[in-house]
Amino acid sequence: MNSKYLLPVFVALASAAFLQAVAQSNPPAAQKTNGPAVAQVSQQQDEGTRIFQQNCSRCHNTPQGFSPRISGTILRHMRVRASLSKHDEEVLLRFFNP
Amino acid sequence: MLPPITKFRGSTLTRPASLIACLAVLFALRYGAAQNTPLLSGGVGFFTSTNSGQTSYQPLFEPLLDAPIGPHFLIESRAILLESLSPKGGDQAGYDHSHFISLTYLQGDYILSSHVTVVGGTFLIPFNTYNDRLSPIWIGNFQGGPLTANLGSLSTGAGTGGMLSGSAISRRKYSVSYNSFFSSRVDNSYFQSDRSGGGRASLYLPDRRLEIGLSYDRLLQGTRENFYGAHLWWEPKDSGFKLRSEFARGHHAQGYWIETTYRTDAFGGLDSFVGRFQPVFRMNQSFRRDTVVSDGLPLVNTQRADFGLNYNLPHNTRILTSYSRQFSSTGNSNIWQTGIVYRFLFPAWKGN
Repeated sequence: MNSKYLLPVFVALASAAFLQAVAQSNPPAAQKTNGPAVAQVSQQQDEGTRIFQQNCSRCHNTPQGFSPRISGTILRHMRVRASLSKHDEEVLLRFFNP
Repeated sequence: MLPPITKFRGSTLTRPASLIACLAVLFALRYGAAQNTPLLSGGVGFFTSTNSGQTSYQPLFEPLLDAPIGPHFLIESRAILLESLSPKGGDQAGYDHSHFISLTYLQGDYILSSHVTVVGGTFLIPFNTYNDRLSPIWIGNFQGGPLTANLGSLSTGAGTGGMLSGSAISRRKYSVSYNSFFSSRVDNSYFQSDRSGGGRASLYLPDRRLEIGLSYDRLLQGTRENFYGAHLWWEPKDSGFKLRSEFARGHHAQGYWIETTYRTDAFGGLDSFVGRFQPVFRMNQSFRRDTVVSDGLPLVNTQRADFGLNYNLPHNTRILTSYSRQFSSTGNSNIWQTGIVYRFLFPAWKGN
């Protein structure tokens, strides 16, 4: 394979992957709630999910389970490493410890 | 092939004093707050790489320690321990092996305010994204770093001194983060770094899942050199597609890499058999601006295409496989790599 063909091949592959990704994208389903308290918890979870996806998942896969005793330590680590805002750190702490 | 940062540092953890000091810190923090227990994390991996017909093997261990102290302070450190086995040269049969133990960084972080964190110690140079965000073995999608990984990371990939970092602005529609550092020259066997200064600023647009950033640093010893970098990440919402890219330019060379990955949830979710597959592609090119080689990049213009297929097993385990074709005037080559990485994350000690 000649090197001059690499960039066009890459562009074609990236375009195909992107088009497929856009075609399969679906808006998240709205969650049904039964009352104000449940709605508030659900809202916090949604906010936590959003912040998690926007910040943590950008770099790495979601760790499959960890002790709640280290959730604060993880968030302090990520606040430094990913420049999380204080608000995001607080929301994620509630998200990890609902 | 390993992330470039792993090949620079001198032996540190082999000293009993260092180990005792680490244990002392852990013991001192034994009774931390409920959610602030010190943690041990990191990755254990076994990699094989076949380059031009020669296969080498690398078992490696990359631990990370986080120990919070009080409400604002954090000590964090990462190290690497690896054994490398590679074929003996010439007509000799068998393998040579070598060890490598190194402290990647050891820093103290003080959260001064909601916008400022003060970092002191030895830290990863915040230039573009590979060095401080993608180099851990449990994060990278390929075993090896991109061709231009050394550009801007100032020969060791780490600085010794101070850094200010944080989220300058955080709104629902956008956020801006920054890093600004100064590093002194250190030549001892524990922490090696160059006298340098620089920083990075990034803008993130959550609705578009788009991040763009600019980096700059300057070598302040020997031949003064400037390094410029730019990165762009894009991850369309609700799709499994990710694009990461970087451009870097130094005094003697420049280059870029673009990486795309995809994981589909269309066949039963990300944890289904199909959803665990992750095809990856990375295009790298490096260009020499002159013949002075001081940046760790190839001696001649080089292009490399990396084709990977990863499989994300349960329990934080990943299988990484890739084929790379490299083109340069000194010869073309094929690189085949396979590996398995387990990522661990647990409290530093048992508790309630």
